[in-house]
Amino acid sequence: MSLMRGGTTVLSRALGRTPYYVVAGGLAVIFLFPLVWNAWASVSGQPGTAQESGHGLGNYRTLLDYDAGLWRYLLNSTVVSALTVALTLGVSLLGGYAFARFDFPGKNLLFLLTLAILMVPYATLLIPLYVLLGRLHLQNSLVGLSLVLAMFQLPFATFMMRISFEAVPRELEESALVDGCGTAGALRRVLLPAVRPGLITVGLFAFLAAWNDFIAPLILISDSEKAPLPLAVANLRQQSMGAVDYGATEAGVVVLAVPCLLLFLLLQRHYIRGFMSGALKG
Amino acid sequence: MQVKAAARTVPPHRSPPERRTRPRRTPARARRWTSRKAQGLAYAAPTAVFVTVFFVLPLLLVGQMSLSDWPLLTGDRGVNAPENYTDAADSTLFWPAVRFTLLYTVIVTVVLLALALLLALLVQEFRPGSGFFRTVYFLPSALGLASASLLFWGLYSPTTGPLSSILESLGLVDDPVSFLGTSTSALLSTVFLIVWKFAGFYMLILLVGLQRIPHEVFEAARMDGASRGQIFRSITLPLLRPSLALCLLLCVTGSLLAFDQFFILTKGGPDNSTVTVVQLIYREAFQRLNLGTAAALSIIVLAVLLLLNVLQFRGLRRADES
Repeated sequence: MSLMRGGTTVLSRALGRTPYYVVAGGLAVIFLFPLVWNAWASVSGQPGTAQESGHGLGNYRTLLDYDAGLWRYLLNSTVVSALTVALTLGVSLLGGYAFARFDFPGKNLLFLLTLAILMVPYATLLIPLYVLLGRLHLQNSLVGLSLVLAMFQLPFATFMMRISFEAVPRELEESALVDGCGTAGALRRVLLPAVRPGLITVGLFAFLAAWNDFIAPLILISDSEKAPLPLAVANLRQQSMGAVDYGATEAGVVVLAVPCLLLFLLLQRHYIRGFMSGALKG
Repeated sequence: MQVKAAARTVPPHRSPPERRTRPRRTPARARRWTSRKAQGLAYAAPTAVFVTVFFVLPLLLVGQMSLSDWPLLTGDRGVNAPENYTDAADSTLFWPAVRFTLLYTVIVTVVLLALALLLALLVQEFRPGSGFFRTVYFLPSALGLASASLLFWGLYSPTTGPLSSILESLGLVDDPVSFLGTSTSALLSTVFLIVWKFAGFYMLILLVGLQRIPHEVFEAARMDGASRGQIFRSITLPLLRPSLALCLLLCVTGSLLAFDQFFILTKGGPDNSTVTVVQLIYREAFQRLNLGTAAALSIIVLAVLLLLNVLQFRGLRRADES
């Protein structure tokens, strides 16, 4: 009896769940389909591409040879992402420490100004930044682009690092100061390990933003040799006159997407901390 | 080792000045206070430099540019106010672009937030597989917007895209669909791309909000015999309001500033029917080579956004209080 009853409840529960799995599973298929299709299409044969028929890496070879070459664009993207991450981490680490632990004149004004970057649309700032970078001789330069991208990361990064420092018990730092460390020593030896999770979150957000940004390089980089990968793939698509090379574009999307998807899957926990922190409320 | 241990008990050589000389108490304290102040300033200095050079200065500059005759190639040619603003508003594309951007924003916001809420409710409770679904729904958000736009550009392609043949084989359509061919289909196709790309992102924000609601509230309601619909309407939705308001703010702001998706997917076409306001800024600056008018447009966008932010922040605060 009891077994049968157990059996029926399991069965009815499974039936009761079926609509859930139909809806959730159907949605999952819709969400996965474009990604899977693109990966598959990039290695499949299509007329008018380097991979005329069968399966193979022809489209990726097109990408390798396009204009300045895939390696060049990957290098540009890597340099911009690395510089942006380094600048964002450095500035927000020091800034977060200052805002969390020190009192200084203009503290609140500076913090508010940093958050105000969020209120100003990207596009509004890019036109004057184009002129300004020209005056600083940083126009059409990967360094200039990284500086701009890092600035746009500052509101989130500074907020995140400030609350990370505030979450560290003051006693930890004070004992280091009593032991004869300066504030810089306390920061390096005691606080840095304590705020590392915050740094990983900030770094991850900065990387994803810099790696994927399109409009900033579109406006600030005029030399196709210096284009980061998203811009190069978009150009590749536009420049092929008449006949459009869909295959090479699909291969480009794969190269663009794989690092982001891998990093996200590896660091999911840290990504989600960005949401939990309330930093997005800015 | 011994030396090190000894050194720790003896006062270190480079002890701070107030400890070595021990003057009267107040100046020492004052000095330490000012030194902490100076140190705070030093740590904040990189932030201050960044914010000043790359945010405050450009903001002032865009104001000046919007009041000046400023061709891309020659630079500043002096004040011409308010010509840039009247030029911007007189441009034949200005009002169509404003109308289109608003229409797009309304459609995207409604569809995106509804779907994000559905997804959040679907994966909220722990069941076998819910973690997998969460990750799958979020995956497109890890992509860049430009990458996603390039992906859908292939997906929607009349020659190699798979969607037409899928729809045909399902018997939903008879002829190949032109996803980007008419102004309506181009708009809807772009909305679909954006919903696919961002639904998981907003789902995550709502999920965080859902998890902040104490579990006991739901249990108490269930004990009182409330139905699922009742619980959703009178508990979940009201308690989720702060998170929904945040999603609304982000979604409206992001949609009003739409650029990448239209630049890549539709190029503003067909017949300039999908030109957004930010695309107008780009065209003014780099195709018509007129930075002054582009700056005026930028200022208009900034003013609208600020107004909207103030209104929505007020709503957000009210939601937080209740």
